[in-house]
Amino acid sequence: MADTSDIKIDETVDITDVVCPVTFVKTKVALEEMDDGQVLSVHMNDGEPVQNVPRSVKEEGHQILKLIDNNDGTYDLLVRKVEDDE
Amino acid sequence: MAAETQIDFATLKKGGWMRQKQKNKFALRIHVVGGTLTAEQLTGIQKVADKYGRGYVHLTARQSLEIPWLDIKDVENIKKDLAEYGVSPSVCGPRVRTTTACQGSCTCPSACIDTQDIAQKIDKRYFARELPGKFKFGCTGCQNNCLKTEENDIGIKGGERVEWIADKCISCGVCVKACRSNAITLKDGKITIDRDLCNYCGRCAKACPVDAYEEHPGFLMSWGGLYGNHFHKGKPIVPFFESEDTLFKLCDATIDFFKNNAKAGDRLQFAIDRYGQDKFDDMIKKVYNESENKKEEADG
Repeated sequence: MADTSDIKIDETVDITDVVCPVTFVKTKVALEEMDDGQVLSVHMNDGEPVQNVPRSVKEEGHQILKLIDNNDGTYDLLVRKVEDDE
Repeated sequence: MAAETQIDFATLKKGGWMRQKQKNKFALRIHVVGGTLTAEQLTGIQKVADKYGRGYVHLTARQSLEIPWLDIKDVENIKKDLAEYGVSPSVCGPRVRTTTACQGSCTCPSACIDTQDIAQKIDKRYFARELPGKFKFGCTGCQNNCLKTEENDIGIKGGERVEWIADKCISCGVCVKACRSNAITLKDGKITIDRDLCNYCGRCAKACPVDAYEEHPGFLMSWGGLYGNHFHKGKPIVPFFESEDTLFKLCDATIDFFKNNAKAGDRLQFAIDRYGQDKFDDMIKKVYNESENKKEEADG
């Protein structure tokens, strides 16, 4: 189930250097610069970012594909951009 | 002054008129439910504060609002003016007070229950009811506890029981990390929830990108909170439950207990202490069991 080899990553963003709420802001900005359907990999720290950023991304309407545990205290969240209908 | 001696302070206080230290000046406490006022009500309050007061209001510690510097002679006119905007006085003294609440599920992404609806129902059922002492209800939507429910005689906290839906799950692992209680494990594509660790916060379901959790909202109650001259943290007596009917049966039983066992000026916890915490807990558990068993029978 953890196989993500078939997911093509278009962009990456590192949010390990910022804290809430900038973690989400940085993620949001990265997604805004992408096209509908493209995949963003968000590199984040364990703890508060991994508890909250996935949910915020979901609430913005994007599609979460996978959360990868790098086993080094960081995670990569794979998100497919979903363009607003409006 | 003869007129002054006729002022019935107790009646005024009952109607939300709080005597100021300045002679013949009162602050009027407004009836607010769940911390919500409409723009129209605010207009009425603004007009009265300008016309009869000193052009300002005070926000109370429990989500009410007071208009200070009102003169005793204007009481009837003020009531009339406020009524035009759907505003009525609150209460003080030994009775059921303002029901406080957070925004709840109407707008808050974290809330598990519609706290505003619950607050309205509590207010309709109990507001201003005469009791031996003051009695406070507070309602919050989730474990974040913005409303600090354990400060209240009865605290109501929203929660939800979650059930994993295997067919929808993409094994992304987001819920495992969203859970603050470490109650969720993901192994070989299967989610296991440790029910002893789960605190019903619902963060797993709310974070799940594919809605692979059924959410069953319900309540966590606490009894006996105090945060004034004495401190006591309201404590839970019964586990999480989902029935609103059970919620109100428990509230009814508590109010009845307080009415029948409290001395003048008591708070709920004082009455419980005198009666015996164990005996009180047993009484509450009995009401809970009867209501929940009845529900189970009805559900088949």
